[in-house]
Amino acid sequence: MKVMLIDDSKTMRNIQRSVLKQIGIEQVEEACDGQDALSKVGAFGPDLILVDWNMPNMDGLTFIKTFRKQNKTTPLIMVTTEAEKSRVIEAIKAGVNNYVVKPFTPDLLSQRINETMSKCAA
Amino acid sequence: MDASYITPFVKSIQNVFSTMLQLPVTVNDPQIKQGTTPSHDVSGIIGMSGDVVGTIILSFKTDAAESIVALFCGEKLESGSPDFADAVGELVNMVSGGAKAQFTDTKDVSISCPSVIVGKDHGVALPSDVPCVVIPCTTDCGEFVIEVAIREAGATAGAAANNASASA
Repeated sequence: MKVMLIDDSKTMRNIQRSVLKQIGIEQVEEACDGQDALSKVGAFGPDLILVDWNMPNMDGLTFIKTFRKQNKTTPLIMVTTEAEKSRVIEAIKAGVNNYVVKPFTPDLLSQRINETMSKCAA
Repeated sequence: MDASYITPFVKSIQNVFSTMLQLPVTVNDPQIKQGTTPSHDVSGIIGMSGDVVGTIILSFKTDAAESIVALFCGEKLESGSPDFADAVGELVNMVSGGAKAQFTDTKDVSISCPSVIVGKDHGVALPSDVPCVVIPCTTDCGEFVIEVAIREAGATAGAAANNASASA
């Protein structure tokens, strides 16, 4: 399985990468903001995308809206500090399949990844 | 500053450090910051805008910052490295985001991307119209403080200062 990590923090990308490694996912592409992700996502062809909300250049919500115009099916999980209900609803309306609030435990993130992939495969 | 703005930061600090670092934090009595005495080596800074405006600063001495970042990243990083600054920025981002989520049921508030200052004995000057509450924290990795200088967008400087005095 191929996963794209979109977060402006390298620390957070490293943490997420290590969680992915623990669940056997090693094909990972990283992007540091929405713009960077849009330039890489076509060539990489991820099976799952984890995307942060607050990033410079292009935020996660704008990325999702743009990406969903061309791709309706690739599962997207928002991983963000934005925990308000209104933000979660906004993200779901834009097209995310699941939502993880930072801070998170490795168990929670891997559980959300597994549940998202199961739902999207059904 | 509204006293109800302090508790969310206390809860958020403890949640971030226990969840991401497995590091318990003892939060000591908040105080009103007097002047801008330079006393920090590493500071992560986030701006807040919308219905609540101001600045959140997470400040450390170098030793404490390096120990905490090592725990967060799983490796020792020098305080001058970009990855070290990135980690400090992510910590203040999570603390601010977690606090914001607790007091914005009816408010629309955004946080900026973090900035990080690394430099021995620096101070961070804040706007004079917003009182700053300092929350001292103790961990097994050392001490740090979180400075919260926020107010409702419509509040006057006088009202914000009176509320801060009442809350500290």
